[in-house]
Amino acid sequence: MTPVVHFSRRYRFSASHRLHVGAMSEAENYATFGKCNNPFGHGHNYVLEVAVAGPVDAATGMVVDMVALDSLVNAQIVERFDQTHLNVDPLFAGDLVPSTENFAIEVEKMLQESAATLGVRLVRVRMEETSNNSFDLLAREPGDRVVF
Amino acid sequence: MIFLTRKAEFSSSHFYRNPEWSEEENVRRFGKCANPHGHGHNYTLEVTVGGEVDPVTGFVVDLKLLKEILEREVVSVYDHRHLNFEVPEFAHAIPTTENIAVAIWRRLEGKIPNSRLERVRVYEMPDLFADFYGESA
Repeated sequence: MTPVVHFSRRYRFSASHRLHVGAMSEAENYATFGKCNNPFGHGHNYVLEVAVAGPVDAATGMVVDMVALDSLVNAQIVERFDQTHLNVDPLFAGDLVPSTENFAIEVEKMLQESAATLGVRLVRVRMEETSNNSFDLLAREPGDRVVF
Repeated sequence: MIFLTRKAEFSSSHFYRNPEWSEEENVRRFGKCANPHGHGHNYTLEVTVGGEVDPVTGFVVDLKLLKEILEREVVSVYDHRHLNFEVPEFAHAIPTTENIAVAIWRRLEGKIPNSRLERVRVYEMPDLFADFYGESA
Protein backbone atom coordinates (compact mmCIF):
# COMPACT_ATOMS: atom_id res chain seq x y z
CA MET A 1 0.00 0.00 0.00
CA THR A 2 1.46 3.33 -1.09
CA PRO A 3 0.52 6.43 0.91
CA VAL A 4 -1.35 9.13 -1.02
CA VAL A 5 -0.21 12.63 -0.07
CA HIS A 6 -1.52 16.07 -1.00
CA PHE A 7 1.29 18.44 -1.96
CA SER A 8 0.71 22.21 -1.96
CA ARG A 9 2.55 25.22 -3.28
CA ARG A 10 1.74 28.92 -2.99
CA TYR A 11 2.36 31.34 -5.85
CA ARG A 12 2.18 35.13 -5.77
CA PHE A 13 1.27 37.68 -8.39
CA SER A 14 -0.17 41.18 -8.53
CA ALA A 15 -2.93 42.32 -10.83
CA SER A 16 -5.70 44.89 -11.07
CA HIS A 17 -9.37 44.36 -11.81
CA ARG A 18 -12.68 46.13 -11.92
CA LEU A 19 -15.97 44.52 -10.97
CA HIS A 20 -18.47 45.71 -13.56
CA VAL A 21 -21.41 44.26 -15.48
CA GLY A 22 -21.90 45.78 -18.93
CA ALA A 23 -25.65 45.09 -18.92
CA MET A 24 -26.24 47.08 -15.72
CA SER A 25 -26.49 50.85 -15.39
CA GLU A 26 -23.75 52.88 -13.75
CA ALA A 27 -25.94 53.32 -10.67
CA GLU A 28 -26.71 49.59 -10.47
CA ASN A 29 -23.03 48.73 -10.85
CA TYR A 30 -22.09 51.11 -8.09
CA ALA A 31 -24.88 49.79 -5.87
CA THR A 32 -23.71 46.21 -6.46
CA PHE A 33 -19.93 46.55 -6.39
CA GLY A 34 -19.27 49.81 -4.50
CA LYS A 35 -15.66 50.94 -4.71
CA CYS A 36 -14.72 47.75 -6.60
CA ASN A 37 -16.55 49.38 -9.54
CA ASN A 38 -14.13 52.36 -9.68
CA PRO A 39 -13.69 52.82 -13.47
CA PHE A 40 -9.90 52.65 -13.47
CA GLY A 41 -9.73 49.46 -11.44
CA HIS A 42 -7.64 48.66 -8.39
CA GLY A 43 -5.04 46.03 -7.58
CA HIS A 44 -4.35 43.11 -5.27
CA ASN A 45 -1.43 40.92 -4.33
CA TYR A 46 -3.00 37.58 -5.11
CA VAL A 47 -1.82 34.31 -3.62
CA LEU A 48 -2.69 31.15 -5.50
CA GLU A 49 -2.44 27.91 -3.53
CA VAL A 50 -2.42 24.75 -5.61
CA ALA A 51 -2.75 21.28 -4.07
CA VAL A 52 -2.20 18.10 -6.05
CA ALA A 53 -2.51 14.52 -4.80
CA GLY A 54 -0.96 11.24 -5.75
CA PRO A 55 0.88 8.20 -4.41
CA VAL A 56 4.36 8.89 -3.01
CA ASP A 57 6.96 7.64 -5.50
CA ALA A 58 9.17 5.17 -3.64
CA ALA A 59 12.31 6.24 -5.53
CA THR A 60 12.01 9.99 -4.94
CA GLY A 61 9.76 10.25 -1.89
CA MET A 62 7.64 12.74 -3.83
CA VAL A 63 4.15 12.86 -5.32
CA VAL A 64 5.08 15.30 -8.06
CA ASP A 65 8.17 16.87 -9.58
CA MET A 66 7.97 20.25 -7.86
CA VAL A 67 10.12 21.95 -10.49
CA ALA A 68 7.73 20.75 -13.21
CA LEU A 69 4.67 21.86 -11.19
CA ASP A 70 6.22 25.28 -10.57
CA SER A 71 7.09 25.67 -14.26
CA LEU A 72 3.54 24.85 -15.33
CA VAL A 73 1.83 27.15 -12.82
CA ASN A 74 4.30 29.94 -13.47
CA ALA A 75 3.91 29.66 -17.23
CA GLN A 76 0.13 29.24 -17.24
CA ILE A 77 -0.92 31.57 -14.46
CA VAL A 78 1.77 33.75 -12.89
CA GLU A 79 3.41 34.98 -16.09
CA ARG A 80 0.06 35.48 -17.77
CA PHE A 81 -1.57 37.54 -15.02
CA ASP A 82 1.26 39.14 -13.02
CA GLN A 83 1.36 42.94 -13.36
CA THR A 84 -1.67 42.97 -15.64
CA HIS A 85 -5.24 44.30 -15.63
CA LEU A 86 -7.48 41.24 -15.48
CA ASN A 87 -10.35 42.89 -17.35
CA VAL A 88 -8.12 43.23 -20.41
CA ASP A 89 -7.25 39.51 -20.45
CA PRO A 90 -9.29 37.49 -22.99
CA LEU A 91 -10.65 35.46 -20.05
CA PHE A 92 -12.64 38.46 -18.82
CA ALA A 93 -13.12 40.30 -22.11
CA GLY A 94 -16.70 38.95 -22.41
CA ASP A 95 -19.40 39.01 -19.73
CA LEU A 96 -17.42 37.22 -17.03
CA VAL A 97 -16.79 39.51 -14.05
CA PRO A 98 -13.20 39.13 -12.72
CA SER A 99 -14.36 38.48 -9.18
CA THR A 100 -11.94 36.29 -7.29
CA GLU A 101 -14.57 33.52 -7.27
CA ASN A 102 -14.70 33.53 -11.08
CA PHE A 103 -10.94 33.89 -11.28
CA ALA A 104 -10.40 30.85 -9.05
CA ILE A 105 -12.88 28.79 -11.12
CA GLU A 106 -11.10 29.68 -14.37
CA VAL A 107 -7.67 29.00 -12.90
CA GLU A 108 -8.87 25.62 -11.67
CA LYS A 109 -10.06 24.75 -15.20
CA MET A 110 -6.70 25.83 -16.64
CA LEU A 111 -4.75 23.75 -14.14
CA GLN A 112 -6.86 20.57 -14.34
CA GLU A 113 -5.22 19.40 -17.53
CA SER A 114 -1.73 20.40 -16.43
CA ALA A 115 -2.07 18.36 -13.25
CA ALA A 116 -3.11 15.34 -15.30
CA THR A 117 0.00 15.68 -17.50
CA LEU A 118 2.09 15.52 -14.31
CA GLY A 119 0.32 12.31 -13.24
CA VAL A 120 -1.42 13.86 -10.21
CA ARG A 121 -4.93 14.96 -9.31
CA LEU A 122 -5.70 18.63 -8.68
CA VAL A 123 -7.47 18.56 -5.32
CA ARG A 124 -7.66 22.20 -4.24
CA VAL A 125 -7.28 25.65 -5.68
CA ARG A 126 -7.27 28.52 -3.22
CA MET A 127 -7.17 32.09 -4.38
CA GLU A 128 -6.40 34.73 -1.77
CA GLU A 129 -7.38 38.19 -2.95
CA THR A 130 -6.06 39.78 0.22
CA SER A 131 -4.88 38.20 3.44
CA ASN A 132 -8.45 38.64 4.76
CA ASN A 133 -10.24 37.25 1.79
CA SER A 134 -9.88 33.85 0.10
CA PHE A 135 -11.80 31.32 -1.98
CA ASP A 136 -11.31 27.56 -2.10
CA LEU A 137 -12.37 25.09 -4.75
CA LEU A 138 -12.22 21.51 -3.54
CA ALA A 139 -12.27 18.53 -5.84
CA ARG A 140 -13.82 15.66 -3.93
CA GLU A 141 -14.13 12.09 -5.02
CA PRO A 142 -16.06 9.25 -3.42
CA GLY A 143 -13.96 7.73 -0.67
CA ASP A 144 -11.95 10.92 -0.02
CA ARG A 145 -11.44 11.66 3.62
CA VAL A 146 -11.80 15.25 4.75
CA VAL A 147 -10.23 17.48 2.16
CA PHE A 148 -9.81 21.04 3.32
CA MET B 1 -18.07 16.29 15.00
CA ILE B 2 -15.56 19.10 15.34
CA PHE B 3 -12.00 19.40 14.09
CA LEU B 4 -9.25 20.57 16.39
CA THR B 5 -5.81 21.59 15.13
CA ARG B 6 -2.64 22.00 17.13
CA LYS B 7 0.63 23.37 15.76
CA ALA B 8 4.19 22.53 16.70
CA GLU B 9 7.53 23.55 15.26
CA PHE B 10 10.82 21.79 14.79
CA SER B 11 14.05 22.69 13.02
CA SER B 12 15.92 19.91 11.29
CA SER B 13 18.34 19.29 8.50
CA HIS B 14 18.02 16.79 5.68
CA PHE B 15 19.16 15.97 2.17
CA TYR B 16 17.63 13.99 -0.67
CA ARG B 17 19.53 10.95 -1.89
CA ASN B 18 18.51 7.68 -3.46
CA PRO B 19 21.37 5.23 -2.77
CA GLU B 20 20.42 3.17 -5.82
CA TRP B 21 21.33 6.06 -8.12
CA SER B 22 24.75 7.44 -9.09
CA GLU B 23 25.91 10.75 -7.64
CA GLU B 24 25.23 12.40 -11.00
CA GLU B 25 21.70 11.03 -11.13
CA ASN B 26 21.02 12.23 -7.57
CA VAL B 27 22.21 15.75 -8.42
CA ARG B 28 20.27 15.72 -11.69
CA ARG B 29 17.03 14.68 -9.96
CA PHE B 30 17.32 16.50 -6.66
CA GLY B 31 19.51 19.51 -7.50
CA LYS B 32 20.70 21.46 -4.45
CA CYS B 33 18.68 19.17 -2.18
CA ALA B 34 21.24 16.42 -2.88
CA ASN B 35 24.07 18.33 -1.14
CA PRO B 36 25.52 15.53 1.05
CA HIS B 37 26.03 17.76 4.10
CA GLY B 38 22.35 18.56 4.14
CA HIS B 39 20.52 21.82 4.68
CA GLY B 40 17.89 22.88 7.18
CA HIS B 41 14.35 24.12 7.54
CA ASN B 42 12.08 25.45 10.23
CA TYR B 43 9.22 23.03 9.87
CA THR B 44 5.72 23.73 11.09
CA LEU B 45 3.52 20.77 11.93
CA GLU B 46 -0.27 21.04 12.09
CA VAL B 47 -2.12 18.06 13.50
CA THR B 48 -5.90 17.94 13.07
CA VAL B 49 -8.08 15.54 15.03
CA GLY B 50 -11.84 15.11 14.81
CA GLY B 51 -14.18 14.13 17.59
CA GLU B 52 -17.17 14.99 19.72
CA VAL B 53 -17.14 17.68 22.39
CA ASP B 54 -17.20 16.25 25.91
CA PRO B 55 -20.29 17.78 27.57
CA VAL B 56 -18.53 18.19 30.89
CA THR B 57 -15.17 19.67 29.87
CA GLY B 58 -16.20 21.26 26.57
CA PHE B 59 -13.08 19.68 25.03
CA VAL B 60 -12.57 17.21 22.20
CA VAL B 61 -9.06 16.51 23.42
CA ASP B 62 -7.24 18.23 26.25
CA LEU B 63 -4.91 20.58 24.34
CA LYS B 64 -2.25 20.25 27.00
CA LEU B 65 -2.26 16.49 26.52
CA LEU B 66 -2.15 16.89 22.73
CA LYS B 67 0.80 19.27 23.07
CA GLU B 68 2.62 16.70 25.25
CA ILE B 69 1.94 13.91 22.74
CA LEU B 70 3.30 16.00 19.84
CA GLU B 71 6.33 16.92 21.91
CA ARG B 72 7.03 13.33 22.95
CA GLU B 73 6.28 11.56 19.65
CA VAL B 74 7.60 14.10 17.15
CA VAL B 75 9.35 17.26 18.34
CA SER B 76 11.72 15.58 20.79
CA VAL B 77 12.73 13.12 18.04
CA TYR B 78 13.01 15.54 15.09
CA ASP B 79 14.00 18.92 16.53
CA HIS B 80 17.64 19.95 16.02
CA ARG B 81 18.39 16.62 14.38
CA HIS B 82 19.63 15.55 10.98
CA LEU B 83 16.65 13.56 9.74
CA ASN B 84 18.68 11.29 7.42
CA PHE B 85 21.14 10.24 10.11
CA GLU B 86 19.30 10.51 13.40
CA VAL B 87 15.65 9.59 12.80
CA PRO B 88 15.13 5.86 12.20
CA GLU B 89 12.27 6.09 9.66
CA PHE B 90 14.51 8.04 7.29
CA ALA B 91 17.36 5.53 7.26
CA HIS B 92 15.70 4.04 4.17
CA ALA B 93 13.12 6.62 3.10
CA ILE B 94 14.04 10.04 1.72
CA PRO B 95 12.91 12.74 4.21
CA THR B 96 10.81 14.70 1.73
CA THR B 97 7.93 16.77 3.08
CA GLU B 98 5.57 14.05 1.83
CA ASN B 99 7.42 11.27 3.66
CA ILE B 100 7.74 13.38 6.82
CA ALA B 101 3.95 13.87 6.86
CA VAL B 102 3.39 10.12 6.47
CA ALA B 103 5.99 9.31 9.15
CA ILE B 104 4.42 11.73 11.63
CA TRP B 105 0.98 10.22 10.96
CA ARG B 106 2.39 6.77 11.78
CA ARG B 107 3.97 8.11 14.96
CA LEU B 108 0.69 9.67 16.11
CA GLU B 109 -1.91 7.18 14.95
CA GLY B 110 -3.70 5.57 17.89
CA LYS B 111 -1.94 7.78 20.46
CA ILE B 112 -4.44 10.63 20.74
CA PRO B 113 -7.43 9.66 22.92
CA ASN B 114 -11.13 10.39 22.25
CA SER B 115 -10.60 11.43 18.65
CA ARG B 116 -9.65 10.35 15.18
CA LEU B 117 -6.50 11.58 13.49
CA GLU B 118 -7.79 13.48 10.44
CA ARG B 119 -4.87 15.33 8.93
CA VAL B 120 -1.14 15.81 9.34
CA ARG B 121 0.13 18.93 7.57
CA VAL B 122 3.86 19.65 7.40
CA TYR B 123 5.15 22.98 6.19
CA GLU B 124 8.75 22.90 5.00
CA MET B 125 8.39 26.57 4.17
CA PRO B 126 5.32 28.82 4.16
CA ASP B 127 4.89 28.21 0.41
CA LEU B 128 5.51 24.45 0.41
CA PHE B 129 3.58 21.91 2.44
CA ALA B 130 2.20 18.38 2.38
CA ASP B 131 -1.05 16.97 3.81
CA PHE B 132 -1.57 13.34 4.73
CA TYR B 133 -5.07 12.04 5.52
CA GLY B 134 -4.09 8.42 6.06
CA GLU B 135 -5.06 7.47 2.51
CA SER B 136 -3.27 4.87 0.44
CA ALA B 137 -3.47 3.50 -3.08
